[in-house]
Amino acid sequence: MTESTLSSRDIALSEESTNTTNKLAFWNFFIAFAAFALALPMGAYQVLERSGMVPAIENAAVYYASTSTHGVLMAYVLSTFFIMGFGYHTAVHSLKQKLWSPTFAWAGFWIAAIGVVLAAIPLLTGHASVLYTFYPPEIAHPSFYIGAALLVVGSWFWCIDMVVSTVTWKRANPGKPVPLVMYGTVLNAMLWLWTSIGVASEVLFQLIPVSMGWADSLDPGLSRVLFSETLHAIVYFWLFPCYLVMYAILPKEAGGKLFSDEIARVAFVMLFIFSVPIGMHHLYMDPIVAAGWKLLHMFGTFMVAVPTLITGFTIIATLEIAGRLRGGKGLFGWLKTLDYQNPVVLASVFSLLMLTVGGWGGVINASYSLNALVHNTQWVPGHFHLIYGGTTIIMYFAAAYWLWPKITGHQLFSNKLVITQLWLWFVGMWITTIPWHYLGIIGQPRRVDTLQAYQQSEELVRSWDFSMLIMNFGALTLLVSGLLFVYILFMTSRQPMVSDSERVVSYSEAIHPPLQVPHLLNSLSFWNWAMLIYLVASYGYPVLQFWFIGTPESPAWGY
Amino acid sequence: MAIHIDPLEKKWIIMSAAMVLLAWLIILYFAAVKDVHPPSNVEVIDSARLHLDSGIGGGEFAEDKLGVRQDPDGTIVVTIVAARYGFYPQHVEVPVDTPVKFRMASFDVLHGVLIPFSNMNTMIVPGYIAEVTSSFTQLGDFPVICQEYCGLAHAYMYGMIKIVPKDEFKLIARAN
Ligand code: HEM
Ligand SMILES: [Cu+2]
Ligand SMILES: [Cu+2]
Repeated sequence: MTESTLSSRDIALSEESTNTTNKLAFWNFFIAFAAFALALPMGAYQVLERSGMVPAIENAAVYYASTSTHGVLMAYVLSTFFIMGFGYHTAVHSLKQKLWSPTFAWAGFWIAAIGVVLAAIPLLTGHASVLYTFYPPEIAHPSFYIGAALLVVGSWFWCIDMVVSTVTWKRANPGKPVPLVMYGTVLNAMLWLWTSIGVASEVLFQLIPVSMGWADSLDPGLSRVLFSETLHAIVYFWLFPCYLVMYAILPKEAGGKLFSDEIARVAFVMLFIFSVPIGMHHLYMDPIVAAGWKLLHMFGTFMVAVPTLITGFTIIATLEIAGRLRGGKGLFGWLKTLDYQNPVVLASVFSLLMLTVGGWGGVINASYSLNALVHNTQWVPGHFHLIYGGTTIIMYFAAAYWLWPKITGHQLFSNKLVITQLWLWFVGMWITTIPWHYLGIIGQPRRVDTLQAYQQSEELVRSWDFSMLIMNFGALTLLVSGLLFVYILFMTSRQPMVSDSERVVSYSEAIHPPLQVPHLLNSLSFWNWAMLIYLVASYGYPVLQFWFIGTPESPAWGY
Repeated sequence: MAIHIDPLEKKWIIMSAAMVLLAWLIILYFAAVKDVHPPSNVEVIDSARLHLDSGIGGGEFAEDKLGVRQDPDGTIVVTIVAARYGFYPQHVEVPVDTPVKFRMASFDVLHGVLIPFSNMNTMIVPGYIAEVTSSFTQLGDFPVICQEYCGLAHAYMYGMIKIVPKDEFKLIARAN
């Protein structure tokens, strides 16, 4: 190890600074996991309701209020607050510098939290049953859109904090590579700034004016194109922290070192640049965009598989190193010696397995030609529950288990329960999503609360029965696992304190820690310019076209 | 400045790039050679005035024009209106193994249409005409399902399509 890395590591954070960050991280996580705990039983209810096995609970108004709430809480609230909490913690501990402005960070927190309340009230009372995609011209109560806008604005405070922290550090450490975990975090913050432009414009310029009655009509085609700009990269915004746990925390937890630091940076930069300007693959089946644009976005969509494939390789190689250091021999012997009692190791292995299968599903969705066979069937929620609910959320669990003793000072409650919880989530996810994918292939549409009407095609409906039955068992398993997660965190706060040394935060090292990296792998501004150009090239015309094709606009409709 | 790459990792990156290239080529082949494209006609229409002959795109979706017709060039065209909560006409018949061109418009909100086990799948966005050409290979009755949430009774938005042998279809057309 070199002098310079040693000395930068020795700078201790002041206790006050650590406490501020812990508090900030804790309350962000608190909202994230409270949203999760509320939304999870709704998911289980939805599976049961539409299976038709309990006629007494069938009610469309309740079903769609529930699905809208479940989707918004899981997709927007859990993710955003988790990412913010994790990011603040990462910024302070990896850069070893105090948070740029705690007041600013708390302001963002409160704006986002008030936004959640404003959106939750109409959602829970059935005044915003427009699902988490809220496609116009169906219009919800204005409070829903205002809440959503505030949530996004609050998250921008976090983004700015991440960027300022990184720039400050770079000024103080000229020529040195930004710590890997922070480089990923700041790229993710910039990714979110770029990708939230679409939904923010849709909400501010179309949905709020129409729902408030300031405007009479809107063009749903424009709304869909704007939303698509957000809808793809948002999933990378959710996934990025999971990759960061795998790159920066897993190697050490597994008892080894990261296989490659520089290639990780290449992967991060690729994730940033390739994940945003490709959202039109969500519009393959839309008559509002010409085929050439769809084809163009198809190329980019496949490109973004590359950083994921690189990540898979690096992480598996990292696990192999750890397994061999622990005495594993032979081609696959290292798999046996890995420490599966460590939550981060176990969750990462599960996550990679789910990513491998879910990734192949993604290739089918991304195919310009195959998409027609699965678009808006049950295949789609099956796919994103596996990737998001599975691959991603299981790493959020692992991160929480890793962080909780450090930020609260209490010993983790029962490692045995933790391991059980992760296993249940993994198994439950398969039981739920395998039949879910299959239902899509055999023709069941998504977003339906009942199958009554389809009884006219009796044979078809009967072919769905078995898969829907199995899904109930999966949903129950996931429910138990999720509640167990919340229970473990709660019980942790009643455990004895850990020693100070156990609260020290340190990240994994690479086999070859770089002293310097090429300028482009440490740059922010270059990649922002690249993004601007790529984004204008891929979205400029498809957005502008709406100003001259002369679509007769739609008035607001109820639901 | 060069970066450190493990030889094995380099091989993997090349393999990854090759996989992406292969996916591109397969898709390009089907798009360029087999002419497989998703529904992408950017054609506007006044959804609020579908029943009138006037207005942008007017006339095509008037009530008496809906359903199956054969164009002078022999193309079979099915004109359908999607409105909460149904497809109109609710029942159509088309011949097997024949390209059928669907032209669809929404009367109100966002809808979608899906015929299971076929590539007949498109969004129906208010303000736009959706056009899909599909060829059905199996005889029988199939549901025409709305695949996008369009309101509380979305799951009741349903129609039927009957795929009939080619010669029977000709009989029906003549009988008309
Ligand atoms: C017990 C576990 C869960 C069950 C049983 C469940 C079930 C469901 C069901 C039935 C739907 C409606 C899908 C549709 O008709 O299209 C749904 C939607 C959704 N779920 Fe879950 N879910 C669970 C956990 C999760 C988790 C952990 C996440 C993400 C963190 C998540 C994210 C979403 C999202 C974003 C939607 C919105 C989909 C839409 O509006 O089309 N769910 N869920
Ligand atoms: Cu996407
Ligand atoms: Cu519908």
